[in-house]
Amino acid sequence: MQTPVNYLARKHWKQTGIIALIGGIYLLSSYVLKFDGLGGVIAIPKAFAWLGINFRPTANSTQYLPSIWQKLLGTVMLAIASTVVASIIAIFVAILGSKVTGGNSIIQTIVRGIASFFRNIPLVAWAMILLFSFKQSDFTGFLALLLMSVGYLIRAFMEIIEDEASETMLALKATGASYFQVIFQAVIPQIMPSLISWILYMIENNVRDATLVGILTGTGIGFVFDIYYKSFRFDAAGMTVLSIIIVVIVLELLSNQIRKVIL
Amino acid sequence: MLEVKHLEKSYQKDKPALTDINFSVEPGTFVAIIGPSGAGKTTILRSLNQLIKDDGGQILLDGGDIRTANKTQLRHYRRQIGMVFQNYNLVERLTVIENVLHGRLGYKSTLAGVFGRYTEEEKQEALTLLKKVGLEEFALQRCSDLSGGQKQRVGIARSLIQHPKIILCDEPIASLDPASSQTVMQLLKDLTTEFNIICIANLHQIGLAKDYADRIIGIRHGKMVFDEDADTLSEEILETLYDQNATEELG
Repeated sequence: MQTPVNYLARKHWKQTGIIALIGGIYLLSSYVLKFDGLGGVIAIPKAFAWLGINFRPTANSTQYLPSIWQKLLGTVMLAIASTVVASIIAIFVAILGSKVTGGNSIIQTIVRGIASFFRNIPLVAWAMILLFSFKQSDFTGFLALLLMSVGYLIRAFMEIIEDEASETMLALKATGASYFQVIFQAVIPQIMPSLISWILYMIENNVRDATLVGILTGTGIGFVFDIYYKSFRFDAAGMTVLSIIIVVIVLELLSNQIRKVIL
Repeated sequence: MLEVKHLEKSYQKDKPALTDINFSVEPGTFVAIIGPSGAGKTTILRSLNQLIKDDGGQILLDGGDIRTANKTQLRHYRRQIGMVFQNYNLVERLTVIENVLHGRLGYKSTLAGVFGRYTEEEKQEALTLLKKVGLEEFALQRCSDLSGGQKQRVGIARSLIQHPKIILCDEPIASLDPASSQTVMQLLKDLTTEFNIICIANLHQIGLAKDYADRIIGIRHGKMVFDEDADTLSEEILETLYDQNATEELG
């Protein structure tokens, strides 16, 4: 017979066991990989000190600012463009695939499959694959971000539709409204705030990722960073990173402000 | 006139949710369906406009069977049947008048509905109905800014603009405070008489059911236990409906 007291005691032992197990896995894998955890931690302050000295933008590095900002603006535009196109594609696919608005279970499974396929191939891999077909151009970066975002947004939009729109959908269906009337009059207006919130998040995310993609596709701010870095102009590279940080923070503040207004 | 004959439904095999439901309602009647949770009240209500597909029987609205209607016919039946929900089910982000106008969608072409093009008469009627439910000043407010009782009155206006023969109310006051509950029940009672429609409401509050409804149907374990005039309903019959011991024996 299980009493509440020994149930709680057993739960306590279970939790201790799980923590011990996780610790054991860490120790075992560091042993296998010959990874020196403590040494790594001790090296962190030194690494930051090196960064601070070498990557610190100097008065001299302000001369790079115009070209940095020009490229950065292009990169932000690229991220916004790819996110917007991805959102438009994703909303229609999500409507097709969600449990409440979607077609039959075969269509739902296919949509889920497509979304997870695009989502689970890493961005870097997409960029590398697309490089073969589209060479080093902005379009390659645009497409890589687009495919990745479509995967994420389909999944997110489907969940939003299922969580937020099913009740109003039911109400409009009961009035005798047709499928498309229900979608445009109930589903889309109802989910719009969450939709915009996700799109803003995706834009922030894509600005960061666009930098990485740029290094691979030789375009945008990533390319500029890559050049400075490889030509040992660390102060300029530091200036580039600083500019990216500023832009990302500004974008985040901006989208938080937009969220406050629309929600 | 609404006639329900031998309505059956089971969600799982050998576990009937509804067995042999029979009743008929004349226009101008306010019917309350009462019974314990899980008795099948919502299943009955949603079968009437086929949001839930039942398994057998007949549902006749002025002689036509809703159960065997094809897609277009079903839309035509549904627009004659308004529905009011416990959680109001409004598009919270849209204005009050837009939500009321949604009740007209069943009468519009797909394209006009998709773009929300309503005629001048429809807009005027929406305003008239809002006045009737006491919300004419709120026409341009977002529904998310309204109180629960106000939202439910918007829901009622939305069903009225359908020019319904029936209004189905699924626990219309379960989320409301006592004062708002009274307002909503009084409104439903008055509208039933004024528009000569059938109003069927699922309720948990026996007191309110007796005060406002003309007829009370008791449901337990998917079966009709009684179907009586609200005035003549006796305490003994009510007790059989909610008797704990009997419930446990059967459950």
